[in-house]
Amino acid sequence: MSIWINDDSKVLIQGITGRQGTFHGIRMSRYKTKIVGGVTPGKGGQTVDLDGLQAPVFDTMSEAISETGAEVSVIYVPAKFAAGAIVDAAESFQAAGGGLVVCITEGIPTLDMVKAVAIVDSCPDVRLIGPNCPGIISPGEDGGCKVGIMPAFIHEKGRIGIVSKSGTLTYEAVAQTMSVGEGQTTCVGIGGDPVNGTGFIDCLSAFEDDPETEAVVMIGEIGGSAEEEAAEWVAANMTKPVVGFVAGSTAPPGKRMGHAGAIISGGKGTAAEKFAAFEEAGIYVARDPSEIGKVLVRALVDAGLREP
Amino acid sequence: MNIHEYQAKSMFREYGIKVQEGVHCTSVEEALSAYDSLGSSVVAVKSQIHAGGRGKGTLFDPDSGEEIMQGGVKIAFSRDDVEKYATGISGNLLVTKQTGPEGKIVSNMYVESGCSIAHEYYLAVLVDRDSKSVLVMASTEGGMDIEEVAERTPEAIHKIWADPATGISEEDASGLASSLGLSGSSADEMAGMLASLYELFMERDCSMIEINPLVRTEEGGMVALDAKVSFDENADFRHPWRDELRDLSEEEEVEIRANELGLSYVKLDGNIGCLVNGAGLAMASMDVIKLYGGEPANFLDIGGGATKESITAAFEIILEDSSVKGILVNIFGGIIRCDMVARSVIEASEEIGLNVPLVVRFSGTNHAEGKSVLDESGMAVHTTSTLSEGARKIVELIGGGI
Repeated sequence: MSIWINDDSKVLIQGITGRQGTFHGIRMSRYKTKIVGGVTPGKGGQTVDLDGLQAPVFDTMSEAISETGAEVSVIYVPAKFAAGAIVDAAESFQAAGGGLVVCITEGIPTLDMVKAVAIVDSCPDVRLIGPNCPGIISPGEDGGCKVGIMPAFIHEKGRIGIVSKSGTLTYEAVAQTMSVGEGQTTCVGIGGDPVNGTGFIDCLSAFEDDPETEAVVMIGEIGGSAEEEAAEWVAANMTKPVVGFVAGSTAPPGKRMGHAGAIISGGKGTAAEKFAAFEEAGIYVARDPSEIGKVLVRALVDAGLREP
Repeated sequence: MNIHEYQAKSMFREYGIKVQEGVHCTSVEEALSAYDSLGSSVVAVKSQIHAGGRGKGTLFDPDSGEEIMQGGVKIAFSRDDVEKYATGISGNLLVTKQTGPEGKIVSNMYVESGCSIAHEYYLAVLVDRDSKSVLVMASTEGGMDIEEVAERTPEAIHKIWADPATGISEEDASGLASSLGLSGSSADEMAGMLASLYELFMERDCSMIEINPLVRTEEGGMVALDAKVSFDENADFRHPWRDELRDLSEEEEVEIRANELGLSYVKLDGNIGCLVNGAGLAMASMDVIKLYGGEPANFLDIGGGATKESITAAFEIILEDSSVKGILVNIFGGIIRCDMVARSVIEASEEIGLNVPLVVRFSGTNHAEGKSVLDESGMAVHTTSTLSEGARKIVELIGGGI
C-alpha cells in the first residue's frame, strides 16, 4: 500500500511537449509509471516519444481524462501558465469523479496560487500537491509510481512514509531510511511556497491511515507555522512514530532562504520554535539530517516495531 | 522587492488612497524648494531607506562615524528647521533597529506637508499562509511596532480576510472600521480605503502593504502617513514597470549578481563557505556546520538547473568574501549529476586559484563517478559521503570545531 498513488495509477503530463515535460516524462516512464498521455493546448493529436512509449497529446485536461481514464496529473508548465494548468486539472478531475494534481513548477506568483487554491478547495474530490516541489513517489517491487522529478533509483519499497517541504532534503531523508535498511511507502514533497495545496497534516493523516506505513519522517523548514500545527496534530492523533527535522536553525531573520516561504518574519517561524513544538509533541527529533536514520531506528524500536 | 515610501505614496495617489502632499528630494536645496512649494507651515523631513524604524534611528557621519542627529524622520516648523534636518539626513548613515549596525546611507528624502492628527492606527494587507488568502490586519495602536502590539495586546488587532474570488466584502470592511472605533465619514473613508488597497494589492502583485501610522485627522479624514509596499518577485514578468522603482543601492550587490545567474545567495557572518543544491539542503548544511562548531559564511543554493558556468560563478562569489577560510560543497544529485559538479569544481578551482581547504560531499546521481573525477584530478580536496562527515571535516580543517 501507499498513499494517493500506486503501481496502477494512470498519469497525465501537463506540458508534455515542453523540454521539462518530455525529460521527466521519459524518466517517469522508465520507472514504470503508467503514463497515459499529456496535455499541451494547441498540440492535441500529436504524440510524444517517451523512450519508446508513444504518449498521446490532448488540447485540454477534460479531453485527456475522458480519453485515458487518468486520475493523476503532473504539471511541468512554466510559472506564467502553471496556475491556469492547476485550475484546468482540478475542474476537469472534479467533473470526472476526482483526481490528484501534482505541480512541480517553481516561481508561480503567490496571488495566482491564492486564487488557484481557492478553486482547488472547491473541488472536494481533488487533491493538489505543490507547487515548487519534487512531487510524489511510491516505490513498487519493480519500478513503481513516480510523479515528479526525484531520482527514482535512491528509493525502495518499504514501510516508512516521508513528507517534506524541500526537494533535495527529501532525497537526504530517503537516503537516511535506506542507510538503516528501511524503504518507503510513499514520499511526498509538499513544496516551499507560502501558498500551496497539500500540507503536513494531510500527509500525516494519510500515513496514519495507511496500514503499510509504520513510521513517518517529516522535514520542515523556517517560515510560517505549518510545522507547529502538524506537531499539535501529531500529539492529538498520531499513533505511529514520527521523526522530525527542521532546516534553517542558522538562517538570519528577514531574509528569504531560497524558497519563497522560507523566511523568519517578525521573529516568527524560527527553527527553534518548530523543534520545540516537535519535542513537545513527542516527535523524535534529529538535529543533524545525517542522523535521521539512527533516530528512525530508535523510534521503530521504541514502538516495538523492530528488534533492538 | 521593496520600494521607498515616496514611490509607494505616488502609487497610493493613483489608487485614490489619501496621502499628504509631498516632494521627493535628493539634496538640501531640493528639500528647501520643496518646503517653499508645499506652502505648509509644518512639514516632515523623512529619510528614504527600505528598512523600518527610521523615526527612532540615529544618523552618523559615514566617514568619521560621528553621531550627527537622533531620528531619521523630523518634524520641521520653519525653513531653518528643514535646512538643519535635511543637512543632517542627506548623504549620512542611518542606523535603525532593522538596518543592523552597518546602517544605510540616505540618498533620498521625502518632504511632506504636516497634518493634524486625532488618532494613529496601524493597517496592513498581506498574504495569510494559514488561510491561503489575503488578510487585512488593523489596530488602534498606530505608530507602534506591530510585533510588540501582537505580543502585549493581541486583542487590539482586528483581522478580516478577502475572498479570493470576490475580494473584501462591504460588511467586513465596515465591520473593521467600527471595530477600530471609527464612525461617520471616517468609517466610510476607511471602508473605501480598504477597497482601494485591495485593488492595488491584487493588481500590482504585492506581498505586503503596511501603513503605520494611518491617521484620522482632526477633520475626520483617513490619511496614510507612512507607506511600505513590497512586491512578489515571482510576478515580475507581468510588471515591467518595477524596474524603474527598483533601488539597487538598497540591495546587496552580490545577491543581485547571484540571482542573475540563477543562484540563490545570502551572506552570513561565518567563515565556512557553502555550495549546495536545493534550498532546504543548503539551510541544513549551514545548520550542521554550526552544530559541529563551525560558522557558515553563506547560504547558497545553485538550483536544479546549475551549469558549469553557474557553479564557477558560485565559487567566485563565495571566495570574494574575504572571511571565507574553507568551503563545503554538498550535492545530492537528482537532475544534477555529481560528475558534472566535480568537473565544474575542478575547473573553477584552477581558474580562481583556490587556496582554502575544500570538502566535497556527493550523494545521489553519479556520486561514485563524481568522487573518482575529483580523486583523479590530483586536487587537494576531501570527499565524504554524508553531510555530517563533510561538515565535521571542514570545521576540523579550518582549525575550529568541537
